Amino acid sequence: MTDPITTQEPETGAAPVSGARQVWRRLRARRSALAAGAVLGLLVLLALAAPLLAALEGQDPNTYHDALVDSARGGVPFGDLGGISAEHWLGVEPGTGRDMFVRLLYGARVSLLVALGATLVQILIGLGVGLAAALGNRFVESALGHVTDVMVAMPLLVFAIALMAVVPADFPRPVLLVIAIGLLQWGGMARLVRAQTLSLKKLDFVSAARLTGGSTWRVARRELLPSLAGPVITYAAVLLPTNIVLESSMSFLGVGVKAPTPSWGHMLSSATTWFRADPMYVLLPALMLFLTTLAFTVLGDGVRTALDPRAASRLSVGTKRRTARTSSARGAA
Amino acid sequence: MTGYLLRRLAGALAVVLVLTAVVYATFYIAPGDPARLACGPRCNPEQIAQVRAQLSLDDPVHTQYWHFLQGLVTGHDYSTGAGVLHCDAPCFGLSYQNNQQVTDMLVERLPATASLAVGAMAVWLLLGTGTGLLSALRRGGITERVLTWLTLAGTATPVFISGLGLLMLFCAYLAWLPFPTYVPLTDDPEQWAWNMLLPWAALGLLESAKYARLTRSSLLETLAEDHIRTFRAYGATERSLVGRHALRGAVAPVIALSAADFGSMFGNAVLTEMMFGLPGIGQLLVHATTTLDLPVVVAVVTVTGTAVVLANIVADVLHAAADRRVVLR
Amino acid sequence: MTPQPLVAVDGLSVAFPAGPGPEAGSHPTAGLVRAVDDLSFTLRPGAALGIVGESGSGKSTAAYALLGLHRGTGAHVTGSVRVAGHDVQAADDAALRRLRGGTAAMVFQDPLSSLDPYRAVGDQIAEVHRLHHRGASRRAARARAAEVLDRVGIPDAARRARLRPHEFSGGMRQRALIAMALACAPRLLVADEPTTALDVTVQDQILGLLRELREENGMGLILVTHDLGVAADSVDELLVMKDGRAVEHGPVRDVLGAPREPYSRELLAAVPRITERRQRPAGADADGEVLLEATALRREFGRGKQTVTAVEGTSLTVRAGETVGIVGESGSGKTTLGRMLVRLLEPTGGELYYRGRSIGGLKERELRAFRSELQMVFQDPVSSLNPRRSIGESIADPLRAAGKLGEAQIVGRVRELLERVGLDPAAYHRYPHEFSGGQRQRVGIARALAPEPKLIVCDEPVSALDVTTQAQVVRLLGELQRDLGIALVFIAHDLAVVRQVSDRLVVMRGGRIVEEGPADDVYERPRHAYTQALLAAVPTLERPATTAGHGPAA
Repeated sequence: MTDPITTQEPETGAAPVSGARQVWRRLRARRSALAAGAVLGLLVLLALAAPLLAALEGQDPNTYHDALVDSARGGVPFGDLGGISAEHWLGVEPGTGRDMFVRLLYGARVSLLVALGATLVQILIGLGVGLAAALGNRFVESALGHVTDVMVAMPLLVFAIALMAVVPADFPRPVLLVIAIGLLQWGGMARLVRAQTLSLKKLDFVSAARLTGGSTWRVARRELLPSLAGPVITYAAVLLPTNIVLESSMSFLGVGVKAPTPSWGHMLSSATTWFRADPMYVLLPALMLFLTTLAFTVLGDGVRTALDPRAASRLSVGTKRRTARTSSARGAA
Repeated sequence: MTGYLLRRLAGALAVVLVLTAVVYATFYIAPGDPARLACGPRCNPEQIAQVRAQLSLDDPVHTQYWHFLQGLVTGHDYSTGAGVLHCDAPCFGLSYQNNQQVTDMLVERLPATASLAVGAMAVWLLLGTGTGLLSALRRGGITERVLTWLTLAGTATPVFISGLGLLMLFCAYLAWLPFPTYVPLTDDPEQWAWNMLLPWAALGLLESAKYARLTRSSLLETLAEDHIRTFRAYGATERSLVGRHALRGAVAPVIALSAADFGSMFGNAVLTEMMFGLPGIGQLLVHATTTLDLPVVVAVVTVTGTAVVLANIVADVLHAAADRRVVLR
Repeated sequence: MTPQPLVAVDGLSVAFPAGPGPEAGSHPTAGLVRAVDDLSFTLRPGAALGIVGESGSGKSTAAYALLGLHRGTGAHVTGSVRVAGHDVQAADDAALRRLRGGTAAMVFQDPLSSLDPYRAVGDQIAEVHRLHHRGASRRAARARAAEVLDRVGIPDAARRARLRPHEFSGGMRQRALIAMALACAPRLLVADEPTTALDVTVQDQILGLLRELREENGMGLILVTHDLGVAADSVDELLVMKDGRAVEHGPVRDVLGAPREPYSRELLAAVPRITERRQRPAGADADGEVLLEATALRREFGRGKQTVTAVEGTSLTVRAGETVGIVGESGSGKTTLGRMLVRLLEPTGGELYYRGRSIGGLKERELRAFRSELQMVFQDPVSSLNPRRSIGESIADPLRAAGKLGEAQIVGRVRELLERVGLDPAAYHRYPHEFSGGQRQRVGIARALAPEPKLIVCDEPVSALDVTTQAQVVRLLGELQRDLGIALVFIAHDLAVVRQVSDRLVVMRGGRIVEEGPADDVYERPRHAYTQALLAAVPTLERPATTAGHGPAA
């Protein structure tokens, strides 16, 4: 039956989302999201410029400096704060004397590359499977539904660790990590896309588009994909920090990136034996990893509220708004 | 309800079957020659052939998979040169490393993992939902801001960083606690608890941040619903609005998630075990992966996968029990 | 005359912070939207006042202020509101809680979401009762709940009190909400669109119940509604609101019989009359070519035990240039039927012919040839346009898909269409959210017209619109039909609107057609009992308010 708008705010809830420009404006107005964006921008810049900065410092990531560590004390760096000096801006690694600054920068490259790559793989598979499940016939839908259930059920880290047992040793590890994380963790994205597509399909503008006589693919491309962008981006923003943590977790466990390629997780894992003698060796990679994940999470929160301002207003004002969309949102969360 | 459960269990069985097939294919067929791995690096071709025969690797793939499934249900006998090695009912084979029954190895490792999981779960359910409720009720105040940032920081911290931090603080600098070594509960409950304190904190704090955020947003969402407005319009106090009307609806998705999130919890448990040297299933897995002990890897993956599938059913049933609007089908 | 009025509102203004956005966040005082502006009125004890107005007129906001429901929401409320002598603005929280329910109780629009889904209806009523009768025991409160449920006409009340809201029908839920109000024995009942979510026959029952209870208990009533017919039936006085201000206030007979203000007159004129015959040039009737013919059409949803038959054994013909109206209550299958007619849904049984060719079982690919000739206008002006595409693009879609015209021709044609439906041709590049509901519905009509169809199915095309906009859109459809000779199938729940446009009428119930015939015959001489009941339940302005002038029976 009909439901004339009788809520108090005149003309709210009219447009679900009103243009990329407005989303951008709302995002810009959140100081925390801006700060997080700035941190990430800087990080990406540093990672891109790693060889340049290394040249500037005059170091490279893999040269051992035996003279800088005290072999009598098991390899603790000479000097204060892990051997910070004019030549080694953030000190050197205990045991090997490799330059910390350059290794951290190269570690950022690995982290960002693996996380972005894996997220991209997840988005692509999730979109494909989700759309096919929502638009396909009953057989396709139930088959893909079961596959998705299996994927979601997989204990990801356990599987990813296990996979490393059977992959040839000479396979490039960062690529392997991208594939492993991407191939194992698309279930949530597929469910989200399927749920969103199913609810979009019920909307009249999709019916209207079918009446134009265009093909299913044409309807999907013109009507569905643009509306899916918001939820997919929001979910990708949640996946990114998860992927960063996954990469470092696997390197921490010794099944991720292989030495001597620098990786924050790997550094932290060696740091467990050094934290008494050289706390800097723990603090630096931990700080980098923490800041990166935090920045991605804050930015993700910002993107979500910018794309769905009703969620934000509900949180700040919050008494008389009706929330009908529960099941799909919860299913995706 | 019974019909629903039966249907879900049948579905779960199908999922587990697919899971074992994928796992079997990935670990026994893809890597090429398990016999070489089983035998070890210093085997000569004859020894490898012997192992090959013992593991029936020359059978067609589907026969091998069938034997694998059979072993899970009825057990398996391995004929070695000297005699017969029996592997009891849920048989995942024998470890390549020491010919021990994999099932026994799992059972042996279970108490440490269970100790970790149960304690950490208590921490995060109490602390997580408590913090979430507090921050939802103190909306707009300084408490909320502090809690928001704390939980945000919590979700951004990988478990090995929080674990390292706790170790450095409590064991190295303050020296209030010993470096954790696992003591079985049955040996000495007090020592068990003391030693588990840091692992519980590391895993529990991390997960509780996630639950705090979820509880908070879920409660706020529920408080915005129309039926809350009705009781507000009939003079109910804010406390009774939350306690009688909002809490139940708000907790439903939290319950659902805590069961459905079992998989990622298990991943974090693996990290925690490695971090604190707990002899649990996670440690077993990492060790088996680095030594290429395939039967152990397969067993761990199958068991955790099955546990996750079952946990999902529990999650759905609990969610439906807590939220009447959810229809089970 | 009572010395003290039950409600005295003086100079009430309510303002909300403008929309969620950065601006509102950083400057809390700037950018306020005035929802209610300097509103004053009084209500004597036991009297009934109807507050009517279109969406955005501030009528609900004003009603909420009577119970102090804006407190703590960030709304700025000024002026004074006194209910039964209590100053709502000045009251402390405890006094306000006593007032809510105890003195003035509220009935909300959506009865399903307004009840706690987890708890038995009786328990919820008992809880509210105990809030205002401190001494009452649980047992006594339960008994009272069963008693009021029985009073509002819920059969087998003692047993039903133990059911949860989702086990009630829509009408029963609204009765339960009224029972909840009754349990507190308030002196004033504020009903915010209490029947808007209900079918017309159920609406009739609920309005009757409200009237009875008022006479029985001497309660004052404030009825907020967009429907003048509903108000005419139930109140003594009428307050017409527009843009937050009171336009006209007076006895219901005077306001409806001889409105003084131009806006009231406009509003009144726009209300469709069910007794009014369709104005239509003669000659276009009866013997046009048969465009669409459905025989024994059937549609099921779901599988196995859960199969629901939405439409069954429905036969229908639509001739070129005529309008077939389809009416029915929710769940009657009228929308399902409409969607089958344009083949958005595939029938599970029966035959569907378009100009003699069977199209019932065609696949999506085979349908493309027919798509342009069968179009649809949808109900919801929000969801029927893609928010991410400009309206020009949406209208151009069928033209582009056909691939016959060049880019410049397409743009020209879209501009023509925009002008034809009364929009600015320059609006091509604007987005749906920049338009009002009525304008968006015009865009929807332009899109349906674009491929030059032979038949358009309009599914509740005006039910989401305000009454003045409704009249304009209905007029537009009539003009288009006259000028272009398109056949229309007009689906609606509002019998008066359907009468304005239809040549023939089809009445549906439970997935079947119960009556069919020339519109005037069906409206004036309904044969089927269900049609008779349906027509009798429609509230009309012409039926003078029965309780007007009656004193409260207290």
